[in-house]
Amino acid sequence: MKTLTRSGLCGIAAACIAGIAQAADIKPAVVFDMGGKFDKSFNEGVNNGVERFKAETRMTVAEFEVTNETQFEQAHRRFAQRGQDPILGVGFTQANAVEKVAKEFPKIRFTVIDGVVKLPNVQSVLFKEHEGSFLVGVLAALASRSGKVGFVGGMDIPLIRRFACGYEQGVKYANPKAELLQNMTGTTPAAWNDPGRGAELAKGQFERGADVIYAAAGATGIGVYQAAKDRGKLAIGVDSNQNHLHPGTMLTSMVKRVDVVAYDTFKLAMGGTWTPGVTVLGLKDGGVDWALDKNNAALVTPEMKARVEAAKADIIAGKITVHDYMSNNACAY
Amino acid sequence: MSRQPLPPWVDIGLIPIVNVLLAFVVVGLIVLAVGVNPFTAVRIMVTGAVGYPEAIGYTLYYTTNFIFTGLAVALAFHAGLFNIGGEGQAYIGGLGVGLVLLAFDSSLPALPLMALAVLAAAVFGAAWAAVPAWLQAWRGSHIVITTIMFNFIAAAVMVYLMVNVLIAPGSMSPESREIAASGHLPFVHELLAMAGITMGQSPLNLSIVWAALCCVFVWVFLWHTPWGFELRTMGHNPSAAIYAGVDIRRMTVLAMCLSGALAGFVGVNEIMGVHHRLILNFTAGYGFAGIAVALMGRNHPVGIVLASLLFGMLQQGGAELSFEIPAITREMVVVIQGLIILFCGALANLTKPAFERLFAVLRTRSTRAQASAAEA
Repeated sequence: MKTLTRSGLCGIAAACIAGIAQAADIKPAVVFDMGGKFDKSFNEGVNNGVERFKAETRMTVAEFEVTNETQFEQAHRRFAQRGQDPILGVGFTQANAVEKVAKEFPKIRFTVIDGVVKLPNVQSVLFKEHEGSFLVGVLAALASRSGKVGFVGGMDIPLIRRFACGYEQGVKYANPKAELLQNMTGTTPAAWNDPGRGAELAKGQFERGADVIYAAAGATGIGVYQAAKDRGKLAIGVDSNQNHLHPGTMLTSMVKRVDVVAYDTFKLAMGGTWTPGVTVLGLKDGGVDWALDKNNAALVTPEMKARVEAAKADIIAGKITVHDYMSNNACAY
Repeated sequence: MSRQPLPPWVDIGLIPIVNVLLAFVVVGLIVLAVGVNPFTAVRIMVTGAVGYPEAIGYTLYYTTNFIFTGLAVALAFHAGLFNIGGEGQAYIGGLGVGLVLLAFDSSLPALPLMALAVLAAAVFGAAWAAVPAWLQAWRGSHIVITTIMFNFIAAAVMVYLMVNVLIAPGSMSPESREIAASGHLPFVHELLAMAGITMGQSPLNLSIVWAALCCVFVWVFLWHTPWGFELRTMGHNPSAAIYAGVDIRRMTVLAMCLSGALAGFVGVNEIMGVHHRLILNFTAGYGFAGIAVALMGRNHPVGIVLASLLFGMLQQGGAELSFEIPAITREMVVVIQGLIILFCGALANLTKPAFERLFAVLRTRSTRAQASAAEA
């Protein structure tokens, strides 16, 4: 794993250490998204952070996995009524529920990941997925021999288009002539958990000449990575560091440090230094990044590493601006 | 020896209760296997479903959806048509509700606006069912296949519209803007608050009244109108229906349209009643559950209401169970719900032969006793 604690998170970590001394009694709770906490990706990242918090503090964290849209509000309200505090909502679909319940319980602290709720008792955490996706796009274009790279998304929603758009920009940045193949898995939430279809889409893209595929589709990605391994092609993981799934064919992973957010939310609340507001974590803050470890070290040549690191430095320095799809719901850059 | 029919109170009262108890025994064993006290689990599930006003609100809110989709499946079933497209019809019905509310919520007063939205739910749901119905009636494409495929088309249409057309400007998630207050169907807890009764917040809204009315409409339509008679005739024997002069093509389309309209009302409950904006995935499988509800309710409105209540209780009680006991995951809850449905619905006849034997023995004894009493 690359160095993660930079400026932003560094400050948070320092606050944590200060907080342990006067650890307040908190009753943390987390409401997972539809995908469920073992999706090997987004929710599981949060769960890892929660587990780390539990192991370190020996506190219990109440949790709930929803099965329909109405349960978001129900779960947040039930936790709030029981006096759970802080309550962590995972995923953009929870923003409305958090907004409603946070108004009713102004003394309880809420943190929502991937959504924005502007209330004095809510911390909203957003990630610049487009920046991380840009970097893996650069790497994909550099690793591709055919000049064709692929993208497999979950559902065709703005959040996934943000991944795709950042990736596309990275690919074109490294190789303006590169061709990008894109597919979405489905139109229902089942699309986040359909490895079979993920594998089929990946095979289709390999047939059409792609040799590196980036999957941003939750557990569906597992099928994409398997297909890449079966064909000896390359795949790029998402959200969690998935390099270990198939060492040798996983080019890298676009990591989104939701685990750190989950861990820090509870730690800050414990220390009494939790603050409301909107936090946007990008490359600069270590919130998103590309993953380089022993599992993919052999696939990344020193030149590739240098190019990606240079692009990263340029983004952080502001020399490259990666267009955010969600800023205007269009991928024109 | 031919078996005599069981007394009605045994057939529709005692046997279902015994089946539910059997289901709970099996569920108890499974719950025990994950290290949770089964009595605690059942207590949480029952209290979570009907133990306090808020829980009852949630249970009845789920019940409302199940009544709509259950009626939809049952009505088509009486015509001999297996409508598996409730999910898609509900989705498109909700789209109709959303479009009307978004278009007129600033110009129309509440009452006509809501009436128009309910009408839109029916029209959109019916239209979505009409295409497979037409294909079945005139082209012979099997309704099971086409309605299932229309579910996927509905989902694709909704995603396209929500992401590209109806998304609120500046919104990051695929949701429409919030509908103005005139387009909110009143919540039951709000109405009770006006009457001075306090009830915790729940998504239960006036749609449940509409669901009850729909039950009556379906009952009247099926059993007390000539169209209902023709529809049922077609369901029992299409050849006889043709011989009797029923236009079965038209009847197929009529049955499916009514079925689709009923399914579309899920959109009234979800969009106008609860979410107050168009969102994705609000149908959450209610359309498919409607098939089980209809089968369990023996395709009769009264049975469907009872089955919907059971499904609503399982949905809400199950959520509460995984909420209170983390060892019971939501997947476990699905297993528990499935077992209860299996025992109450699919295995309804499991215990029937035993009861028939038991009652046959009891009857012979009592006739013998009467006979001997008469001799004496």
